Amino acid sequence: METEVINSSANYLPILFQIIVAAGFGVTTIVVTHLIGPKVRTENKLSSFESGIEVVGNARQPFSIKYFMVAILFVIFDIEVIFMYPWAVNFREFGINGLIEMFVFMGLLLLGFIYIIKKKALNWDE
Amino acid sequence: MEFAFIIEKFILIIVVFVITLVIAMYSTLAERKVAGFMQDRLGPDRAGIFGILQPLCDGGKFFFKEEIIPAGAHRPLFILGPTLAIITACIGSAVIPWGQALTIGDRVVELQVADVNVGILYIFGVVALGVYGIMLGGWASNNKFSLMGAVRAASQSISYELAMGLSIIALLMVTQSLSLKEIVAQQEGFVNWNIWAQPLGFLIFLICAFAETNRVPFDLPECETELVGGYHTEYSSMKLGLYMFSEYINMFVSSALMAAIYFGGYNFPFMYDLGLSANWITIIGVFVFFIKIIAFIFFFMWIRWTLPRFRYDQLMNLGWKMLIPLALANIALTGVFIILKDKFF
Repeated sequence: METEVINSSANYLPILFQIIVAAGFGVTTIVVTHLIGPKVRTENKLSSFESGIEVVGNARQPFSIKYFMVAILFVIFDIEVIFMYPWAVNFREFGINGLIEMFVFMGLLLLGFIYIIKKKALNWDE
Repeated sequence: MEFAFIIEKFILIIVVFVITLVIAMYSTLAERKVAGFMQDRLGPDRAGIFGILQPLCDGGKFFFKEEIIPAGAHRPLFILGPTLAIITACIGSAVIPWGQALTIGDRVVELQVADVNVGILYIFGVVALGVYGIMLGGWASNNKFSLMGAVRAASQSISYELAMGLSIIALLMVTQSLSLKEIVAQQEGFVNWNIWAQPLGFLIFLICAFAETNRVPFDLPECETELVGGYHTEYSSMKLGLYMFSEYINMFVSSALMAAIYFGGYNFPFMYDLGLSANWITIIGVFVFFIKIIAFIFFFMWIRWTLPRFRYDQLMNLGWKMLIPLALANIALTGVFIILKDKFF
């Protein structure tokens, strides 16, 4: 590429400023509301809301495995997606050979994808 | 690093921050007004003319209400949740180019907080962090509804992140750059807008943007009919306000991103043919950019009052079995098309 973008850590400094401003805003509002709001605590008010019914047990108990399955599959596929970024940015330089190589990669990705669908890893209604 | 540079950046950050907050505040009013319009009623009209003071009243009320932390909650995480949500929502806008450079005296002021050459990856990183605020808040509440909402939110946003990442890859093949400044600068005029090169990619990105911001029809993490308030059932006072605010800010930032990468950002037709000075082009460009953003925000609201909510399995099937193969096909098509164009034209 002819236009070389100079990438020094100084470019990232304004992002740090913005994080400081955002964090300042968030923390200030939370502290201020904590200080000026009324505080009347009763036992019923502090119990968790379950549509007015007596609370049964703890909320933090085992739940459906499917959510974990999605999380694991996400990690695998997201890494494959990240591999494609540098390729996409330099796509024109690689030309047709690069495209064929990427088709092979995408083919493997699709094979894995078809496998998890056939294994019913993404079935929600059973 | 000179001192003037730091001052300049801080002023720009504060200005962007205030505009973000004002737009987020007035989005809440606009949403109710749009809802009123679509349902043939007036919407809020008591506070000020047309209800323009309504957001201020709502904001004030959030400050003065009692904050309740349930007895069973994990206190540090319960407080950290909304704080993290608002921080991640606010830092995303750092890499968006709001306009070209302004020349004040002999100083060239870039209307972009940080010009990093991995701008798009930065935004993706921030979007991915957004789920922590929801997940922490939902888990720390120790409420079954909250936990369900949080788990749904996490699952949904990671699923749609995949399709979103894939739709962006096809865009990068066209733009050959990750820097948002360069991507917007390439789309000069009207015919160079990326929407013409990537209509399918844009559609996928748009659907994923709805899912990532938890907007209808993808608002399962907080659907009232099943989960009371979803992940923020136990929240009150400004902590609830911060969650709502972060949702509207996310909507603003994703509108800005879509306007920037697909609809030319600050570019408008005939911008160099009108014989205006560079500063005027920049100022008009900023206005044009905000008009595009507001149009997108209106679109978000329009969809909200038009479509019903998905069922959870439908949502997951759409994300995994429809959008991901479609995005892969889009990459393949774009690749073949670019190769053919370079070879024969």
